Amino acid sequence: MPFFAPAQFIVDRDDARCIRCKVCVNQCSFEVHSYDAETDEVRSRDERCVGCHRCEALCPTRALAVRFNPMEIRPNANWRPEHIRDLQRQADTGGVLLTGAGNDKPFRIYWDHLLLNASQVTNPSIDPLREPMELRTFLGRKPDRLDFDDLDGELTTELGPQLVVETPIVFSGMSYGAISYNAHLALNQAAQEFGTLYNTGEGGWPAEFRRFGNRTIVQCASGRFGIDLDYLESAAAVEIKIGQGAKPGIGGHLPAEKVTAPVARTRMIPAGTDALSPAPQHDIYSIEDLAMLIGALKEATGYAKPVCVKISAVHNAAAIASGAVRAGADIIAIDGLRGGTGAAPKVIRDNVGIPIELALAAVHDRLVKEGIRNHASILAAGGIRSSADVVKAIALGADAVYIGTAALVAMGCTLCQMCYTGKCNWGIAVTDPWLTKRLNPDIATRHLVNLLRAWSLEIKEMLGGMGINAIESLRGNRLQLRGVGLEDWELKVLGVRGAGA
Amino acid sequence: MSRFVINARGVDQRDLNGRVRAAAEAGNEAVVLRNVHGQRYIGTSLRKPVKVDVYGTPGNDLGAFMDGPTIEVHGNAQDGLGNTMNSGEIIVHGGAGDVLAMSMRGGRVFVEGNVGYRCAIHLKEYGSKVPVIVIGGTAQDFFGEYMAGGRVVLLGLGGDGLAANFIGTGMHGGAIFIRGRVDPEQLGKEVGVAEPDEADQAFLAGVIEDYRRRFGRGRGAGRGRGAGQIPTEGFVKLYPRFLRPYGRLYAQ
Repeated sequence: MPFFAPAQFIVDRDDARCIRCKVCVNQCSFEVHSYDAETDEVRSRDERCVGCHRCEALCPTRALAVRFNPMEIRPNANWRPEHIRDLQRQADTGGVLLTGAGNDKPFRIYWDHLLLNASQVTNPSIDPLREPMELRTFLGRKPDRLDFDDLDGELTTELGPQLVVETPIVFSGMSYGAISYNAHLALNQAAQEFGTLYNTGEGGWPAEFRRFGNRTIVQCASGRFGIDLDYLESAAAVEIKIGQGAKPGIGGHLPAEKVTAPVARTRMIPAGTDALSPAPQHDIYSIEDLAMLIGALKEATGYAKPVCVKISAVHNAAAIASGAVRAGADIIAIDGLRGGTGAAPKVIRDNVGIPIELALAAVHDRLVKEGIRNHASILAAGGIRSSADVVKAIALGADAVYIGTAALVAMGCTLCQMCYTGKCNWGIAVTDPWLTKRLNPDIATRHLVNLLRAWSLEIKEMLGGMGINAIESLRGNRLQLRGVGLEDWELKVLGVRGAGA
Repeated sequence: MSRFVINARGVDQRDLNGRVRAAAEAGNEAVVLRNVHGQRYIGTSLRKPVKVDVYGTPGNDLGAFMDGPTIEVHGNAQDGLGNTMNSGEIIVHGGAGDVLAMSMRGGRVFVEGNVGYRCAIHLKEYGSKVPVIVIGGTAQDFFGEYMAGGRVVLLGLGGDGLAANFIGTGMHGGAIFIRGRVDPEQLGKEVGVAEPDEADQAFLAGVIEDYRRRFGRGRGAGRGRGAGQIPTEGFVKLYPRFLRPYGRLYAQ
C-alpha cells in the first residue's frame, strides 16, 4: 500500500478563463491534465505535476498557474518535507532515488561571497565601448619558454595544439541521449556561430554533426560510446571524462526510457537497455594508465589535438589534477559540486564533491607551486550562472569556464530536475521524437548565441572597470577579488583577502 | 606483395608509429617490425588494410582505436591490446596481458594462449558489426564485464583451468562461450548459463577452424591442433539474463 504522497505542486485552473482547448492535456508528458468530454471539464492530478511550467507557459488564455505546495506539516528543522517524501518513496520501492540537474542544496555559493574590484583615478578604468577588449582565449599546453630566431625575430619554439575560443565560455559535455538531438544541434550551431566550442558528452556523436568538428570537443568516457577514428579525427580536441561534478566517483546509467533506436545505434548497444557507463574507466586504475590513454588518443590523432582530462571537484582535486597534467593532459576540466546531470542518484548529487570555487583555487595554486601551470589550461565547471561567475572563476585561476545548465536554461529548461525520466516537456533532456520536436533548434541557437553575446559584453564591462583590457591579464589575478562573509580558512583556500583589507 | 621492413631497436614509439603509417600510406601491403621492445600504440592510427608483423615484444595499447589492419604478433602482447578497436584483426602467437579489447566495436582478436584480468569489458555491437575474440587458453577476473554485445570464446587449451571470478558482471548483450566447467559462483549475477544452440555450434566450429589455421602449426597452446583436434563440444554459453540488469536498482 503506497504512502500518502502530498502533491509537490498545485495546479490552479481559472475555469472562467479555460476554453477547453486541451493544450495542457496534450503538452504534459506527466499526464497531469485530462479532459472529460461528458462534463466538458479539464481536470488536473496535482500529485503528478513536476513543476516544469510547460502548461502554464502554453495556455493561450493564462488560465493556469502552477504553484509550489508549501505542505504545511508541523514545522521541523531536522525532518524537512524533502526527507519525509524521499524516505516514503524508498520505503515504497526499495530503490535508489534518481534525480537530474545539479545539487540544489544550500551549500555556500562562494561566487556570492566574492566581490570584484574596479579602478578609480590612478589606474583609470577602460571604456570597452571605445577600446578593444580581448576575450579570445587559447586552451592547451604552453611552452616553458619561448625562443626566437636571432636574425628575423620569428618564434622558433614549437607550440602544442591550441583551441581558440572567442569568449572564455565553452559548452559543457552533455551526452546525446541525456539531451535531445535538437539540443545538440543548437549547441553545435551556437558554438560555430559565436566561435566557441561544443562538447559531445559521452554518448557518441551523430555523423551529420561532424561538419561542426572544428568547434567540437569529443568525449572519451567509461562507456566508450561511439568512439572510432572518425570520431577522434573529426574533432578539435578529445576529453577524457574521469568524473562529473554531479556524481563524482560513480558511473552513469542512461535509463532505457531514453535509449531509442538512434541512441542505441550511436552508442552500439542493444535498444531498450540502460546505457551503462561503469564507475571507473576500466583501463585507467592509475595515473600511469591515464598517461597511457592520453598517449593513445594523441597517437590516434597525430599529436594535432589537445587532450583534456575532466575530473570532479573532490577533496584531493589538486593532487589529482597535478597527476593528470604530468600524465600529459593539455587541459584540465574541473567540475564542481553544483554541476548538472541527466541522471544521478540523489544522495550522490547532494552529498559528494566540493564547490568548484575552492577546488579551482586549490588546483591553480598547486599547479603554480609545482611550476607546471603553463602545461595545461584549466576549464572550470559546475554552477556558473552569470558573467560575474565567469569573471570570478578566471580571477581564481581558470582559463575558461564550461556551462551546461546555463545553456539548457537559455534553451528553455525550467530546472524541474526530471531529466532522468525521459519525459522532458521542453524537448531538451529527452529522446522521444515527439517531445524532441518541441525544441526548435534554430530558435534555441539564437538564444544560446544571445547568451554568449550578453555575457561577453558584460565581461568586457567588468574587465574595463578593473582597468584590464585582456582576459589573460585577469587569470589568477586574485587581487581583483575580495571576500565578504567568509571565514579565515575559506579566504586562505581561495587566496583572496577579506573586503576592506 | 610489397613488404617494408623496419628495425625497431632504439626507435621511440612516436617515431616508430610514424614510420609504420608512412609505409602503409606509401602503398606497402605488409610492414614487418623487427626487434620491437615495448613500443606502445602500434597500429593505433592505421586505417589501411595493411598487414603488420611484429617480432619482439610490443608495448601496451597495441592496435588501440585500430581501423582495418591485420597485426600479427610473433610473441606475447602486453596490456590494452585492441582497446576500442573498430575493425581489422589482431593475432597473438602467445599470451596477452590485462584489459584486452576493452570496448571493442568490431573486428577480430585471436590470442593463442592466456590473457590477464579485465579482458573483453564493455564490448559493443550494432547490426552487422559484431566484435569477436577467441582466446586459446584461459582468462582472469572480470572477464566480459559490462558486455553490451559481441562474441567471446575461451577455448580452454593449455590446461590452466578457469579460476576467474566476476565473469560477465553487468552483462547486457552479446555472448561468452567457455569450454569446460564454470562454477556458478564465478559468474556475475546478471549472467545466465545455457547450452550452445545450433547457430552457436556453427559459429564455434567456424572460429575454432580460424584458430586452428592461425596457430595449428605453431609451438604454443595451439600446437599440433590439426583438424578435429580442438573439441567443438563441451562449451557453455553465457548470456545476459536481463536487458536492463540494473533497472530495478532505482525507485520508479
